[in-house]
Amino acid sequence: MGLFDKFKEKIASAVQSTTEALGFNKVQKGLEKTRSNFFQKFQSILGIGRKIDQSLLNDIEDILISSDIGIKSTEKIIKALKERIKKEGFEDSSDVILILKEEIQKILVESPSANVDREYKIDENNKPHTILVIGVNGVGKTTTIGKLAYNYKQVGRKVLIGAADTFRAAANEQLEIWAERAGVPIVQQKQGADPASVAYDTLNSAISKGFDVVIIDTAGRLHNKTNLMAELEKISRVMKKLKADAPNDVFLVLDATTGQNAIQQAKEFSKVAQITGIILTKLDGTAKGGVVIPIADELGIPVRYIGVGEKIDDLQVFDPVLFVEALFDNNETN
Amino acid sequence: MFENLQEKLEVALKRFRGQATITENNIQEALDEIRKALIEADVNLNVARKFVEDVKEKAIGTEVRGKLLPEQLIVKIVRDELVELLGSKQSDILMSPQPPTVILVAGLQGSGKTTFCAKLAKNLRKKGRQPLLVACDVYRPAAIEQLKLLGSSANIPVFSQDSQDPIKIANEALAYAKRFARDVLIIDTAGRLTIDEQMMTEIRNLSNSLHPTETLFVCDAMIGQDAVTTAKAFNDVLNLTGIVLTKLDGDTRGGAALSVKSVVGKPIKFISTGEKIEALEPFHPERVASRILGMGDILTLVEKAEQEFDEKEAQKLEQKIRKNQFTFEDFLDQLRTIKKMGSIRDLLGLIPGMDKALRGVNIDDKSFSKVEAIILSMTKQERENPKILNGSRRRRIALGSGTTVQDVNRLIKQFEDMTKMMKNISRGGRSNFLSQFGLPKNFGI
Repeated sequence: MGLFDKFKEKIASAVQSTTEALGFNKVQKGLEKTRSNFFQKFQSILGIGRKIDQSLLNDIEDILISSDIGIKSTEKIIKALKERIKKEGFEDSSDVILILKEEIQKILVESPSANVDREYKIDENNKPHTILVIGVNGVGKTTTIGKLAYNYKQVGRKVLIGAADTFRAAANEQLEIWAERAGVPIVQQKQGADPASVAYDTLNSAISKGFDVVIIDTAGRLHNKTNLMAELEKISRVMKKLKADAPNDVFLVLDATTGQNAIQQAKEFSKVAQITGIILTKLDGTAKGGVVIPIADELGIPVRYIGVGEKIDDLQVFDPVLFVEALFDNNETN
Repeated sequence: MFENLQEKLEVALKRFRGQATITENNIQEALDEIRKALIEADVNLNVARKFVEDVKEKAIGTEVRGKLLPEQLIVKIVRDELVELLGSKQSDILMSPQPPTVILVAGLQGSGKTTFCAKLAKNLRKKGRQPLLVACDVYRPAAIEQLKLLGSSANIPVFSQDSQDPIKIANEALAYAKRFARDVLIIDTAGRLTIDEQMMTEIRNLSNSLHPTETLFVCDAMIGQDAVTTAKAFNDVLNLTGIVLTKLDGDTRGGAALSVKSVVGKPIKFISTGEKIEALEPFHPERVASRILGMGDILTLVEKAEQEFDEKEAQKLEQKIRKNQFTFEDFLDQLRTIKKMGSIRDLLGLIPGMDKALRGVNIDDKSFSKVEAIILSMTKQERENPKILNGSRRRRIALGSGTTVQDVNRLIKQFEDMTKMMKNISRGGRSNFLSQFGLPKNFGI
């Protein structure tokens, strides 16, 4: 049926545009697994010709909850689904899935900056483009920065990294290695130095030397630690002294394995920084990162990039279509 | 979010009022709320379902008796069940009868393995062991450097080699340990995804070659529904002996603890909170159970209050309040009763919703000492009859207690407000926990 074909087409084009933009001739592992399993999955879970009834809706609810979407958003999605089934008179379960995906995509809305992100464009009249990367401990901030820097470098940008994680043991060394892999310079101070001062130094040096992009790494911090959150505020404040609209992007890095606490993280970090997008990491595992759906639903923060591996080119622009496909994949573990 | 399960249960159990036993019909709604609360706390869907079924079985037929309201009773059943499942026995690190003991530490990327290894080493050394940290994460940039830095800050030797082969490194560390009489080896490994077959094979080989006494799975307490898949995969490959929960110092509800425990069936041995190298605690199932339920440790509070609060004295007190005879002397008694129950911060934290309300607020147990000092500097007459406290008396009290006149004024004002409020409460209306202790809500904050 027509709807289905359109969907397939959309997936195919999304994959293509993502990979082409950066000139990567491979389809990333993480999502490839997803696609190959997809159609056969639906047949097994929801069965062709299966009737639309309460048990089907319950199954769908389970899938949503098992993907970390949370009770509230799940109930909202199911409610919308029921209404549409009634109004538009669907009978077959495969139709239901398509509507379901549409509903979730509505919540997720592609970021308006997706095309810019994909090509790593920056505003030529407002250089350097400044990016602050924040998040709790162990989500993959440093790795993500390495990948971001690499991608900007690939499209010919001059990138400077600031090592403002002056707290964690060997954070400097780790970032140094990533900077080397990406082939970009780095500004550092001693461990224990004031992170705001590192950010200031980095931006100052970038402005005087004509860099295009500045990326500031920060220490992982749990969002209920008041002092550490105030420190983040200070970093932004200090950067503004050199460039009034800095930071231009604030990326909150979220680990795809994280459950409902991610909502709390997004809320609390929003209080100290103007988050412009989420980078969802570790999507190459079995976790589905569904918690970005309630975050988009409640806070309206878009996902901008996803991390699908440990290699330097394993960062992709987020695509809601692909993401929703992945969400419904591989549910036999539950 | 389910900030307050108790409230939800109250609503769900309205129909239940006046009935003497719990039956399938009158608790279904409550059970649904419990299931939802568990899922919101990131307990795996299937684990939550099974858990609720178990609770149902236990609850049905239970008589509602004693002082507990039906919703409190059900929460108690749920909590007890949770505590039992999470493991009621304290479980220590096992030591090999033939040293050196090998402890293998595994987990996903970013779960906190390296930090935990250093904390464990420090912890074991305090117990008189001679640990050796072994750096087998040859993949993550600067992972070895990180372990070395952590090791040197705790003054614990770190074994590392310029090799890409973790098995070779570990075995040479073992030889080194034997030679230099280190009796515990803590092996830090690279973070790995369970679907990465090559990496899972690597750690299986590492384990087969080392025959570790302990194989610990380090689990980020914030992990969601995927906890079950991950823990199971690690357990299948490694035959874990214990679980370590990290990052529990955030505000996560930590339902993963239950998911992982129920899948792996091995004890949760440690809670690793904070980035300081000392921040390693033994696991307290009660604490985590209450967190998962998102309701503070209300039952502990009830129990504590019952223990410390003599019923007869409470009645006497109520009489006094009614007659408006509550004095500083009584207040002092109450203060001391509360102090016996533990630190004020901990106590308040036991009250649902309070922990959140108090975030960032600094409650100093010392402020209670101050109050005590002020009252103790009053004469007997002043304590019995606060009305006579004029300016010069207040100045004397401030001097005597080492406080300021403002402090004294504030206390007297608080005391007056409090007696007024208590009078209102004792006239009727449902009392809250704080007022049961004779304290106004904002006292001391």
